Amino acid sequence: MAAQEITYRDALRQALDDAMRDDETVVVIGEEVGRYGGAYGVTKDLIASYGEERLIDTPISEPAIIGAAVGAAMTGLRPVAELMYVDFLGLVMDQLANQAAKIRYMFGGQIGVPMVVRTQGGTGRSAGAQHSQSLEAWVMHTPGLRLAMPATAADAYHLLRHALTLPDPVVFIEHKALYARKERTDLAAPVAPWGQATIRRAGSDVTLVTYSRMVFTALEAAAALAERGIAAEVIDLRTLNPLDMATVAASVRRTGRAVVVTESCLTGGVAAELAARIGEECFDYLEDPVIRIAGEDVPIPVSPALESAAIPQPPVIISVVQRMLRR
Amino acid sequence: MVQAGKSERGAKTARNDATVTAEKPQAVAGLGRAALLRAYHDMVLIRRFEERAGQLYGMGLIGGFCHLYIGQEAVVVGVQMALQDGDQVITSYRDHGHMLAAGMDPRGVMAELTGRRDGYSHGKGGSMHMFSREKNFFGGHGIVGAQVSIGTGLAFANRYRGNDRVSVTYFGEGASSQGQVYESFNIAALMKLPVLYVIENNKYGMGTSVDRSSASHDLSQNGAPWGIPGAQVDGMDVEAVQAAAAAAVAHCRAGRGPYLLEMKTYRYRGHSMSDPAKYRTREEVQKMRTERDCIEHARQHLLALGAAEAELKAIEEAVKTQIQEAADFAQASPEPDPAELWTDVLASDVAASDVVAGA
Repeated sequence: MAAQEITYRDALRQALDDAMRDDETVVVIGEEVGRYGGAYGVTKDLIASYGEERLIDTPISEPAIIGAAVGAAMTGLRPVAELMYVDFLGLVMDQLANQAAKIRYMFGGQIGVPMVVRTQGGTGRSAGAQHSQSLEAWVMHTPGLRLAMPATAADAYHLLRHALTLPDPVVFIEHKALYARKERTDLAAPVAPWGQATIRRAGSDVTLVTYSRMVFTALEAAAALAERGIAAEVIDLRTLNPLDMATVAASVRRTGRAVVVTESCLTGGVAAELAARIGEECFDYLEDPVIRIAGEDVPIPVSPALESAAIPQPPVIISVVQRMLRR
Repeated sequence: MVQAGKSERGAKTARNDATVTAEKPQAVAGLGRAALLRAYHDMVLIRRFEERAGQLYGMGLIGGFCHLYIGQEAVVVGVQMALQDGDQVITSYRDHGHMLAAGMDPRGVMAELTGRRDGYSHGKGGSMHMFSREKNFFGGHGIVGAQVSIGTGLAFANRYRGNDRVSVTYFGEGASSQGQVYESFNIAALMKLPVLYVIENNKYGMGTSVDRSSASHDLSQNGAPWGIPGAQVDGMDVEAVQAAAAAAVAHCRAGRGPYLLEMKTYRYRGHSMSDPAKYRTREEVQKMRTERDCIEHARQHLLALGAAEAELKAIEEAVKTQIQEAADFAQASPEPDPAELWTDVLASDVAASDVVAGA
């Protein structure tokens, strides 16, 4: 396959298309996934290829959608349940955390739940407090769930394809501000295997650890830092479960400094977990305390000016890193 | 007795008569002697199993939650008799009877109650959480009502695969107040999924009587707005249960969509082992036990059908031996290996913590 220009949205769509073509057990179920083509257009026109039997439009009943997907997955189907907004996790955490995540364990390993919950989160579209959150910490805090958060179109494709081969429930959180982002990529091979982080930009002075849309915020900051003579390394975690601390720790041991960047809010969050682990694993190598740059501990406001102020922007990263390096 | 009248009235209020014509449950013809003897065996097996589980709990050999099924045996035994191989069963946490009726090994169930290595879930599930692929038993779920959505998903998978299996999804009258039950009804009716919903109305959700928890007084009609036909069944009569279930399962298997049966039943013991059941009178329980007991009812019918006392005695003796074996097995089985703590969280071979350690 040659390199092609593709959006994050179309890469996801391609992944579903390819998975459905290769595997008859893959069915897509959710609100507006069929005729409408998905609220963000990810399943657009798939119904023409696979019909209403495999692109299943449901009533607005998130707990029953996720629950039905759990049941279908227990029989060996691979449902892709679409949760239109990650904010709706509040409606379905019972089925995810108490059912999907526990079934393998509490039934002694006799059965798994090979399902994918596709959803999207984050800011960038003035969608307001109930449609803009970054709730990955809720998922990450639940043993038994896999968690993927792709930043690039290539990862959107490959991580989703891989998720649809796994024997366990995967929560797949896309970013609403990335759907239209185009990149030139070759979908023939992934940048790294599932579960492995990747270094998006190499550098020797500081490690910026991040994922999803914040990868691009961090890369922007790293480019600006380079102009000031600071070489920042940017690590894209790609999946939060599994969490590839090996790549992170190796980098931090080289650079001696770590900044964790997340769109999800600061307190009790993913950034705290990453900072703690870096502290535990790299203490002797650290020149400075690990710094967290995360979303503000506020509901996400609608006003674009306020919304962008609620999440990390490149200038904050730049100034934190400069302060760290005293330059 | 199956009470068909009400369900038909309810069904007619639904918007599409074509989809809601209730099966007219047959007058109970009876199982016949041979089948009733099997039912008798299964009910006695469950009763004795639960009595022994209660004893082991009292001795401290079973910890945690333990919800006994005593009193309700006719429900699962009668429904199970209406099923075919391949039909699936899913239920809540009062699940021992469902597992035994499905043919799961009493030794493995009891060993799970004692939390031992040879239990169905190797000690990690306990009383509420067991599973058997072989017997198509899908658990054993602890969150009230959550299994209703999952059971609906089992039916979805059956329809998707085009097989003729039916998913039997049990829940209590307490769970019938949960929202996702009605989300599931809507989806099952829309998609005409082959799911038999069985409400086991034992009158009390923990300590709250159904009169105090449900504004609906005929739970069999709770699916009526979605055109799901329903019937109330005397859940203390295994033959009535079998007949109603057979008609309902036939409806589901024929591709006519979901069906709802409300089993009017009664649990003799508390909600769980820690429940002294002070919310009802001793007389109420005693009256059910003496006048409505499902095992005694089957026994009397068997004798009337010409079964010999010795035949019934032989069944009881065989069950006694089986239960003793299960209890011995459950106490002899070793505790789980401590390393099992970290297994089966996820299937993959990534480190159990799912963190690739950097050390």
